[in-house]
Amino acid sequence: MLTDILQLLIYGVILGSVIALGAIGVSLIFGILRFAHFAHGDLMTAGAYFALFFMTATGASIWLAFPFAVLAAIAVALAFDRIVYRRLRRTRPVILLIASIGVAFILRNAVLAVWGPDITVYESGIKPPIRFAGLRIKEDQLAIIIGAVVLVVLLSLFLQRTRMGKAMRAMADDPDLARITGIDTDRVILWTWVIGAGLAAAGGVFLALDTRLQPTLGWDILLAIFAATILGGIGKPYGAIVGAMVVGISAELGAGLPGVFGADWSLTAYKPAITFALMIAMLLWRPQGLIGGRT
Amino acid sequence: MLELVGTSLVYLLDPFVLAFAGIYAIMALGLNVQWGYTGQFNIGVAGFFAAGAYTSAILTTAAADNHLGGFALPIIVGLAGAVVVSGLLALLIGLITIRLREDYLAIASIGLAEIIRLTLKNEDWLSNGTRGVFAIPHPFQGMDASSRNLAFFLLVAAVLIVLYLLLERARRAPWGRVLRALRERETAAQAAGKNVDRFRLEAFVLGSAVMGLGGGLYAHFAGFISPEVFEPMFGTFIIWVMLIVGGAGNGKGAILGAFLIWWLYTFTTGLITLAPVKYATQLGALRVMLIGAVLIAILLWRPDGLLPESRDVGGEKKRKE
Repeated sequence: MLTDILQLLIYGVILGSVIALGAIGVSLIFGILRFAHFAHGDLMTAGAYFALFFMTATGASIWLAFPFAVLAAIAVALAFDRIVYRRLRRTRPVILLIASIGVAFILRNAVLAVWGPDITVYESGIKPPIRFAGLRIKEDQLAIIIGAVVLVVLLSLFLQRTRMGKAMRAMADDPDLARITGIDTDRVILWTWVIGAGLAAAGGVFLALDTRLQPTLGWDILLAIFAATILGGIGKPYGAIVGAMVVGISAELGAGLPGVFGADWSLTAYKPAITFALMIAMLLWRPQGLIGGRT
Repeated sequence: MLELVGTSLVYLLDPFVLAFAGIYAIMALGLNVQWGYTGQFNIGVAGFFAAGAYTSAILTTAAADNHLGGFALPIIVGLAGAVVVSGLLALLIGLITIRLREDYLAIASIGLAEIIRLTLKNEDWLSNGTRGVFAIPHPFQGMDASSRNLAFFLLVAAVLIVLYLLLERARRAPWGRVLRALRERETAAQAAGKNVDRFRLEAFVLGSAVMGLGGGLYAHFAGFISPEVFEPMFGTFIIWVMLIVGGAGNGKGAILGAFLIWWLYTFTTGLITLAPVKYATQLGALRVMLIGAVLIAILLWRPDGLLPESRDVGGEKKRKE
């Protein structure tokens, strides 16, 4: 029984790692550009497919394709910022939100048009999982957790040690105050997209590695990402990571625990619903986030 | 090629196409009460659309052992049930979410709509799961196919006109003025002694009940519904595009937008037949991209829509932030 629960926790951490990579970007964009970026999930999908494109074109491994996917997703995000978002920045944030839904559908259907609707994988074949004290974890899953930790450490160094990172945190915390202290907002926005899209692509590749590639890959996880963002407090990248772990673990525990306790029913089909319910409860009860941030 | 464009254009006036456009126009009118009048950002339209469609379907179908149902009630009862159930659902959801800021309401409402869709997808006893509910009765069952479509379109058109007139009256009435007041400046409406939450809730329930009616009509016209119909693209997003393209706050705009976008979508279906079958999915995706592009173009160049909201009450000016 304990092993089963630990196993669910491991799955929760894997899911949480993927959610965290999306939620950091959503939190920064929400904090700095003031809108909920609905195209973020589809940016993850695009990143995952860019990696596939590089692999099929060059025969390279997924890890060589990874930086290519990150760069391509950043380019896509910057292009959409230039064509769409930048020109709407003077309107109300809700208009940006609506535009991002449009961008989401454009991105997802571009993926569908180029790669088709079929579900694919990066590398076929079944690798036996690593076993340790009755627990199982696949090599890919271990790589996801390690990859996410490395990226978060790099992000943390950037946010804490560089001028741009500090400016970004300041702006996410209080945009008006940041502006009057002379922070170059255009550059901060540019870097927000670079970080947000780069991490989104990483999250997309990891998610595809753990599951399979399909055009709704990122959209299906978007609401969990919003839940993590709100749980962590908007504009708080570290909060987003904590929120992501809470969301990931509670989704896996909620889906798996009834089975562990011998129930003959399961909530697996409702795994997304568990995160949505968590998110709605959070919106009502503590919209400023668990740790505290601005609403 | 030219001939095909011609055929596609004629096809746009087919009652079959017009009836669907009219049903979408009804849902756009419902959304207009929420977003246009009140500024409520509901992107869970699909949830109320589905609630209406499934309610009417379950109430009117003959006995079936694969889903809840077998009541075989008259269609008018089914439609009334659709309005009541989606209205009650909106009351329930509204009581929880009505005080949320617009972007939070957006996230919460799409979450709730997805929970509704997941339930319909997984609870076989209720909805027959992914296989859907079929053999939903058509009000003009006896007629041949083409006059049946025409009769249904006339029914939809009548419902649409009556709804438009009623909602327009509500908009001009003191009730509608309060909604706009609280959209523009909530504190001012509050200072004028209006119970803001109550008005919001009323608008949310009314708008959702209209969407439920649209859903009921959809079920009887299509004859078959499954959870796929209520995915975010065709359950919610396309209705938003219709309202924004036509002009939020203006009922005529909502109707115009619904027809234009449905025509655009249908017209491109006609053009697809030009291409080899193996590219069908790809071209379908391009059509959705086109709708997304239309939305963004409108937001960039004509943010108030083709028929902007009239400023007929006391020369009010929309506040620009």
